[in-house]
Amino acid sequence: MTRIPLRPLARILSAREKGENPDAIERENIRLRHEAMRDRARLRAEGRLLILGAAFVAAFVTVGAQMGLLAATEPVEPQATGMGAAIVAQRADITDRQGRILATNLVTHSLYAQPPLMVDPIRAAEELALIFPDLDAARLKKDFTSKRKFLWVKKKISPEQMQLVHEIGDPGLLFGPREMRLYPNGAIAAHILGGASFGREGVRSAEVVGTAGVEKTFDGWLRDPANGGAPLQLSLDLTIQSTVEDVLYGGMKLMNAKGATAILMDVKTGEIVAMASLPDFDPNTRPAPLTKGDPSDSPLFNRAVQGVYELGSTFKIFAVAQALDLGLVRPETMVETKGPMFWGKFKIRDFHNYGPQLSVTDVIVKSSNIGTAHIAQLIGGVRQQEFLQKLGMFDPTTVELVEAPGAKPLRPAKWPEITTLTVSYGHGVAASPLHLAAAYASLANGGTRITPTLLRRDKAETGPRLISEATSTQIRDMLRQVVVRGTASFGEVPGYAVAGKTGTADKPKRTGGGYYKDKVIATFASVFPAHDPKYVLVVSLDEPVETSGTEPRRTAGWTAVPVAAEIIRRAAPLLGLRPEVEPLADAAVTLVRN
Amino acid sequence: MRSLFLVMTALAVMGLAFWAYRENYRTQAELAAVRDLQREIGTLKESLGVLNAEWAYLNRPDRLRELADISFPRLGLLPLEPRQFGGVAQIGYPDFDLNAISAPVDTIALGETTP
Repeated sequence: MTRIPLRPLARILSAREKGENPDAIERENIRLRHEAMRDRARLRAEGRLLILGAAFVAAFVTVGAQMGLLAATEPVEPQATGMGAAIVAQRADITDRQGRILATNLVTHSLYAQPPLMVDPIRAAEELALIFPDLDAARLKKDFTSKRKFLWVKKKISPEQMQLVHEIGDPGLLFGPREMRLYPNGAIAAHILGGASFGREGVRSAEVVGTAGVEKTFDGWLRDPANGGAPLQLSLDLTIQSTVEDVLYGGMKLMNAKGATAILMDVKTGEIVAMASLPDFDPNTRPAPLTKGDPSDSPLFNRAVQGVYELGSTFKIFAVAQALDLGLVRPETMVETKGPMFWGKFKIRDFHNYGPQLSVTDVIVKSSNIGTAHIAQLIGGVRQQEFLQKLGMFDPTTVELVEAPGAKPLRPAKWPEITTLTVSYGHGVAASPLHLAAAYASLANGGTRITPTLLRRDKAETGPRLISEATSTQIRDMLRQVVVRGTASFGEVPGYAVAGKTGTADKPKRTGGGYYKDKVIATFASVFPAHDPKYVLVVSLDEPVETSGTEPRRTAGWTAVPVAAEIIRRAAPLLGLRPEVEPLADAAVTLVRN
Repeated sequence: MRSLFLVMTALAVMGLAFWAYRENYRTQAELAAVRDLQREIGTLKESLGVLNAEWAYLNRPDRLRELADISFPRLGLLPLEPRQFGGVAQIGYPDFDLNAISAPVDTIALGETTP
């Protein structure tokens, strides 16, 4: 670029001649030069802005186009990546604590028809009715000859049935793959597993959804492909569950009971090793729920979790545990048991007359309502409610079943002193056997709160402390005495030092108002071995009658206790507990002088 | 010199085109093989699932209990009981007056004849 001089000599000379100011020429030239510079700078800035704008447009167009492409295209599984994370579209298996299968999938086929493609609809309908006796030939003929384009014939068929349908040879009968849920063990752990059915259905596939139990609780987890097909491992042990159900079924028949339930739980971790409720059902063909009547009559009813009943004398240990922990009594303190005890217009009786007074241990051993009521009076209603609340007796259990949150324990709205007295021996508050098992585990394991779980837990749970270690030991000694010389004498299993408490509660009438005279719920809550507690077992029988004697016997000591003892005798070796000689209580050396 | 350079370039382009053509087809063949393998893995997984289900079904406790009952005369299987646990002290040790074992003893053959 040639620079124009600011003061060109020719113009300056001519300006001088004319008498003009030559500085004006310089200023004019400077102005022109600045204008040219300004124009160039603007042009360059505009160019830069244009390029920047173009770059932004290109970037946004790229992002937008990619988004559009991702939204518009069908997803395709990446094929080139050989060893990527396995994505499994199947519903995950459910296994027991040792990895044995409780629920798995099986590929079967569904049968559907497309009438426009059919060659001989009448013959096809007749042949189908022969293969599937539950189908109606007339109905099929009507459907096949109508204007319908598509209809389902059967949701699940076996390979044999599929072959037979193939042999009909009609091109209008078609098969779609179906994944069905299979419970290979049949009715074992039926209430825990629940069941599954089809959700949204298409020709190529159908969604399997859980309908009850853990299948429903963990539905999202079981269907999540990100788990890579890892099974859901429960805390149950298949062998022990089967043994418990077997023995419980025998016991239920022997005791002429309408229903029965048993819960075997680890005292330290809260894992439920076995949980049975009878009568049960086969989750492969889950029956329809009852539409009227008492839901507890249905085999679908899980008595262990949903059966909220007054549990009777098994509650006595709570009052005694609290009184011992508060330092109000000691095991050898004498308590008044003179009966009947009057409180206002109410009268509290014992099963037998136990004389004027008993020690606290004997109140538990002989199961004295009056003695427990006196102990409860010492504690008072407020502290009693607090303790039961901390034990979890007022809230639904947090066990991983859909049914659990619905089973809320029943408690009186008001808590006058008479309630304090009756609740101390188990009347007025209704809870499920699972609540009882958790509470016994919490008291027996050294005094820390246990929350029951159905999932495998590897380390012991350390919940908040409810009672002291020393009280827990005293409680276990008392419960042991109940079995050694008290109401649960049939519960003795040599080598396993069973400790427990019986409870016989009258069943409330369903219509309301009072109790049945001859219908009871007999419960036995036990811990074993007493000197080193490992497991809690709660057995509850619904309306048992033991008829070997001259008159029918319904108390838990005659009904639930022998069944529980047999369960312990059979299950404890399977749990890996070897029979042990109980250490003597008074093994300490005493200094003697003469 | 210039023409030689042009010929070399043309040859290189043709060579690279041929290589790209071959690579393309090899990649497609490999992808097809991977697809086949994945399909095979899928079917194998499915049949493994069926076998696992069948194994679980055949080993269900109810069936095992029935089988133990049926074959009781031959096997004499009973439920595990507490008394079947033993202590080390309960094991009967051999009498020390026995002669030392000098020659190797075929215990398996012995077990066959005198169970």
